[in-house]
Amino acid sequence: MASGARISVAEFLFRYGIVAGLVILCLGFAIFTPEHLFVQKDNIINVANQISINCILAVGMTFVIITAGIDLSVGSVLAVAGVLVAMAMGGATGAVAVCIGLATGLAVGGLAGWFNGACVANFGLPPFIATLAMMLVARGAAFVISHGQPVYNLPDTFRKIGQSPELPIPIPVFIMAAVVAVAWVLLSKTTFGRYVLAIGGNEEAARLSGIAVARVKALVYAMAGALAGLAGVILASKLGSGDPKSGQFYELDAIAAVVVGGTSLMGGRGSIFGTVIGALIIGVMNNGLSLLEVDQYWQWIVKGGVILTAVLLDQTAKR
Amino acid sequence: MLALQMQHISKSFPGVRALSDVSFDLRPGEVHALVGENGAGKSTLMKILAGAISADQGDILIDDKPVNIANPAQAIAAGVGVIYQEFNLVPHLSVAENIFLGREPRNAGFIRWGELWAGAQRELDRIEARISPRSLVAGLSVAQQQLVEIAKALSLKARIIVMDEPSATLTDHELLTLFAIISTLKQEGVSVVYISHRLEEIFEVADRVTVLRDGQHVATEDVANLTREDIVRMMIGRELETVEFTTSATPRPLLQVEGLTRAVGEPPLSLTLHEGEILGIAGLVGAGRTEFVRAVFGADRPVGGSVTLDGVAVPLGSVRAAIRRGIGLVPEDRKQQGLILDMAIRENITLANLKAVASGGFVRPKAERHAAEGYVDDLRIATPSIEQKARNLSGGTQQKVALAKWLFTKCKVLIFDEPTRGVDVGAKGEIHEIMRALARQGAGIIMISSELPEVLKMSDRVIVMREGHVTGEVPRAEATQERIMTLATGGR
Repeated sequence: MASGARISVAEFLFRYGIVAGLVILCLGFAIFTPEHLFVQKDNIINVANQISINCILAVGMTFVIITAGIDLSVGSVLAVAGVLVAMAMGGATGAVAVCIGLATGLAVGGLAGWFNGACVANFGLPPFIATLAMMLVARGAAFVISHGQPVYNLPDTFRKIGQSPELPIPIPVFIMAAVVAVAWVLLSKTTFGRYVLAIGGNEEAARLSGIAVARVKALVYAMAGALAGLAGVILASKLGSGDPKSGQFYELDAIAAVVVGGTSLMGGRGSIFGTVIGALIIGVMNNGLSLLEVDQYWQWIVKGGVILTAVLLDQTAKR
Repeated sequence: MLALQMQHISKSFPGVRALSDVSFDLRPGEVHALVGENGAGKSTLMKILAGAISADQGDILIDDKPVNIANPAQAIAAGVGVIYQEFNLVPHLSVAENIFLGREPRNAGFIRWGELWAGAQRELDRIEARISPRSLVAGLSVAQQQLVEIAKALSLKARIIVMDEPSATLTDHELLTLFAIISTLKQEGVSVVYISHRLEEIFEVADRVTVLRDGQHVATEDVANLTREDIVRMMIGRELETVEFTTSATPRPLLQVEGLTRAVGEPPLSLTLHEGEILGIAGLVGAGRTEFVRAVFGADRPVGGSVTLDGVAVPLGSVRAAIRRGIGLVPEDRKQQGLILDMAIRENITLANLKAVASGGFVRPKAERHAAEGYVDDLRIATPSIEQKARNLSGGTQQKVALAKWLFTKCKVLIFDEPTRGVDVGAKGEIHEIMRALARQGAGIIMISSELPEVLKMSDRVIVMREGHVTGEVPRAEATQERIMTLATGGR
């Protein structure tokens, strides 16, 4: 548990079991990829870069899932944020462009997330439905605003965020690390994190203990949205365009990372550490299987199997 | 011949020896009470009989023949029916569908409804339950649901029926109905294991009693040979000191509720609570007591009226406002409303006042541990560690944690809804003592209880509710069981 100093044997096994799974996966790829490509320095950095977007989305998703909710809209919100970021920067240059881009991404994502939160927390809509609707609305909006075409001609400084091969470690990896660190502190060290866990554990008891349930939930969804916006900024920069088609099914990868990381879909239980491991497992699999030149369709099948196994392990550990 | 023999049963869980060499038997047509404090092993023993868990050692014989009970289906086949405290009914199905769940009379996969209704009616008639087989379970009272469970067990040809705390949620009147049913069962030769914390009932209903303590068999005796004190002594292994009633009530009003109306068409309710006073609210289950205090606490939004604490109005319909002003509510259903079961004792205790051990939004771990440990010591919360999850605690211990949470808010008014339901004798005395101590320190206590002896023992003053109305207010000096029951039932 993120909140407890001591953990039970089952939790210990599960938490480190999943780490062991990751290590075995890495060892396997290290041994079997041609010329041990998997463990080459460039590839390791590449993996970190590749998982950054999913990891950022998954961190936001972790909070949502701990409250026993779900956010299906993050992929679409990422896309609409990317499109609006690209348009908002217009002809801006230099650091100004980056600031406008970041601010737009966070604002668009945060707003969409806040709307999700209001629907869930204040109007009592099931999270699945509220965010399903947002998924459609945001995706539609991305296409309408961009007339269905990617928005190109991004300022050079902005493109540097995602494309700076001269740096030893790509900027998205730093952003991911910062997001993870802040989220970890938030969940395990603050009153807010405690309230999130309490609401997921027993919403009625939390309410009767004077926790502002609606406000905390709204914040959680707004945060997930803002992180989707941030991920939209990074993706737009990597692609060099704000693409309305981007981010499809990203919500599912994010949910998978969270669940593989041991966060319970029933709420009340979960950790940022687990989510990072979950995102790593998915990222390592994508990367390793590609290096092994496994067919894309087979990769999906393998990924599905891994998710099932992880959740089965989790349930066994709980008994 | 004995209906049931459980011989030399032992069972260990990781770190705990739940039962060690316990033997238990049942004569045909006997009501055998099983008593012991929470954690004494009653539930474990009965779960073994029900096939929910299996014993490490020991044998089970039914009608003198050894049986193998490895799962619930085998227990049912062996004629064992268990009625748990939390019923296993499907709320949105009818009574008849519940009774025959999974074994509906069928024809080529289609349910034969006529037979279903008639069959259910037969089972209900057997225990003289006046419930329509077509009613939805969700619309039944707790007592009626219990009757459905009994009818279901009988329809499964149960010869041994285990009742786990059957009286916990029943009013005195409903309890009499239950006793009548139990005596019908006896006449049919059905044996009943009766688990209850209310010792008075055991003398009314049971033939023999078996006492367990710390997973060991202490005694099995004819009830006629025992007094209440004997049983208590065997249960707790020491004499229970009886506390004399002392009052600390002052004339100074602390909480004033005026014309509080829960919903349109409901009667407006008023009460005054004084400093240092324990105010009992008596009444039958369903009299609107819980709803009333929830409205006072802001858990439900009332449509009108006012709540005033220390002369200052408390905003209606806001739990947060009520807590900030110094009102607390220990709810009836601690598992659903009182505690976060998957959180540690520490986290549960500080939950309603987390800011007190936080600065700048960050929880201060040392301060939090210190606070939690203080309450674990003060309230004698039985746990190896403050990191223990609330789920793993016994009922009495959970209730103390729920109580500690409110003590930590330093509230001036603490409302208890059935504070000792499902709590063992020892913890019950301790909880009563805490309530007294709070009152002595000047807090006002409101206590809802369906247990009349508890109301009489604790209250400075009793108000009685019936069908949403306050039907009377009785000062301590005039409070008797008869007077309160008359007001609660509307009788003369």
